[in-house]
Amino acid sequence: MTAEQSPKIVIVDESPIRAAILREGLEEAGYTGVVHLSEMQSLLARIYALDPDIILIDLENPSRDILEQMFQVSRAVRRPIAMFVDQSDAASIQASVDAGVSAYIVDGLKKERIKPILDLCVSRFNAFAKLQDELDRTKSALEERKVIDRAKGILMKVKGLTEEEAYVLMRSTAMREKKKIGEIAQSILTASELLK
Amino acid sequence: MTTPLHIGFIPLVDAAALIVAADKGFTAAEGLDVTLVREVSWSNVRDKLNIGLFDAAHLLAPVAIASSLGIGHVKVPIAAPFSLGINGNAITVSPTLHAAIMAELEGDRFDPMATALALARVVAARRKHGAEPLTFAMTFPFSTHNYQLRFWMAAGGVDPDEDVRLVVLPPPFMADSLANGQVDAFCVGAPWNSIAVDRGAGHILHFVSDILVHAAEKVLAVRQSWADRHPQVLNGLVRAVARAADFIAQPENRAEVAQLLAHPDRVGVDAEIVQRTLDGRLRISPDGTMRESSRYLLLGKKQATRPDPAQAAWLYAQMVRWRQTPYSAAALETATAVFRPDLYEAALGGGGGAAVEASGAVGAFAGPAFDPANIAGYLADFDIPRRV
Repeated sequence: MTAEQSPKIVIVDESPIRAAILREGLEEAGYTGVVHLSEMQSLLARIYALDPDIILIDLENPSRDILEQMFQVSRAVRRPIAMFVDQSDAASIQASVDAGVSAYIVDGLKKERIKPILDLCVSRFNAFAKLQDELDRTKSALEERKVIDRAKGILMKVKGLTEEEAYVLMRSTAMREKKKIGEIAQSILTASELLK
Repeated sequence: MTTPLHIGFIPLVDAAALIVAADKGFTAAEGLDVTLVREVSWSNVRDKLNIGLFDAAHLLAPVAIASSLGIGHVKVPIAAPFSLGINGNAITVSPTLHAAIMAELEGDRFDPMATALALARVVAARRKHGAEPLTFAMTFPFSTHNYQLRFWMAAGGVDPDEDVRLVVLPPPFMADSLANGQVDAFCVGAPWNSIAVDRGAGHILHFVSDILVHAAEKVLAVRQSWADRHPQVLNGLVRAVARAADFIAQPENRAEVAQLLAHPDRVGVDAEIVQRTLDGRLRISPDGTMRESSRYLLLGKKQATRPDPAQAAWLYAQMVRWRQTPYSAAALETATAVFRPDLYEAALGGGGGAAVEASGAVGAFAGPAFDPANIAGYLADFDIPRRV
């Protein structure tokens, strides 16, 4: 940051990984003084104590409604806070809701100063969602692999097949029934459980 | 051809008409392919409705009004063609506060004036001893819960902005916060009061129907611009929800409704707890004391589904009373116009529920009779907030 001081940013997010990704992005972009709050107890008191210029919160967080309270005139608030909404720029609101993040700002903070921060948030949140998605897919692929191996073992034992024959049997059954091999394997496990 | 609709809701019993309409196939029968989206905050429901990610939503009536007026947020005109629920909230207090109020009580414990006066004495005693002010939780700044708590305690002489702390807390956190002493009391909808009582964390002090006989709670909300563009789709949606409301109103269907609501993708709590709230028969104390009221939660029952503009005016008056917005005649008109009996009738013809007994019949236990035509005069009769 050049002439102007870096705004104080608070990230409210129960996901430590996503918060770390976001904080890293902000620090790379030259924003110092980024604080992450992951604990939702006494959230408002802690925010007031930090006195931030910008608060970023993920939309999966029920505590978002707690932040809405800051719009209300109250003696507890030293500086009025508003949700960042730019009526002239519906696309940026849409992008942030789609990405799953929302920004609250100290009233009067200039739009030009907030926009790059919000854009960065949106791209980091999207990057995180993509990562999460890949992780989920890898996890379920691994799970499926385990199920197939166990089903193969059952077929080998019960029907006296080789490993290859057991696999071919499951694959041809899957093709005939228009199902995934993982589903066939799962039904073999279920059936063998029931017949125990 | 079916029309896809995305509808947001918060897991509460008063989302029942939407849930039943979708899950019993009433919306499909109207040619609507409804996806219900469970949300975690009212802010999310409001924002997703505003930007068009939702076509319709289960919404707090005051949020629909605040959105239409642009208070605290972007201005997006909202239309409410159907009332999803009347009443249904309750005030639950910690065992300690309950004992303190009961010790100070003069009169009937279900009389809100008696409990409000007792609360005032508890608050005064705490101040005298230098104790921390009591903390009351509610669900959203623009919520019936906020206004109902304020109305009740102010009638006993407790200023909600000066004498106690009033904080927002998401409903799923309420029972825990009461149990660990973070809050002393809260006002919330079903099933959260019952959950706190079952956990031994609190006593239900009042059903809000003790405070207001007839209080608009949640509405079916759509963007005004969307309603203008899709009148036929809206008619179909209102018909489907009205059919669901009729279904819910039949006592013999309650067990099935409770099962539908109990599903993890819907309200996601035990069917037995849901059934208690539908029956208006609640356990109000951890020792098992029961209380029954036919007015506890009105879903689909007579006069509960047709939006009454006088209710919107009353909610607007609360926003003015508690200084969320200055009074203006134009704003009152906008607020009142959010509730749309005309759209209700366009969809249902004469088949809908009758209008309320007398328009404006909120039936408050204290204060002057409500006159939507004279809000300034109505508000002038209250001593709290104290004028400076």
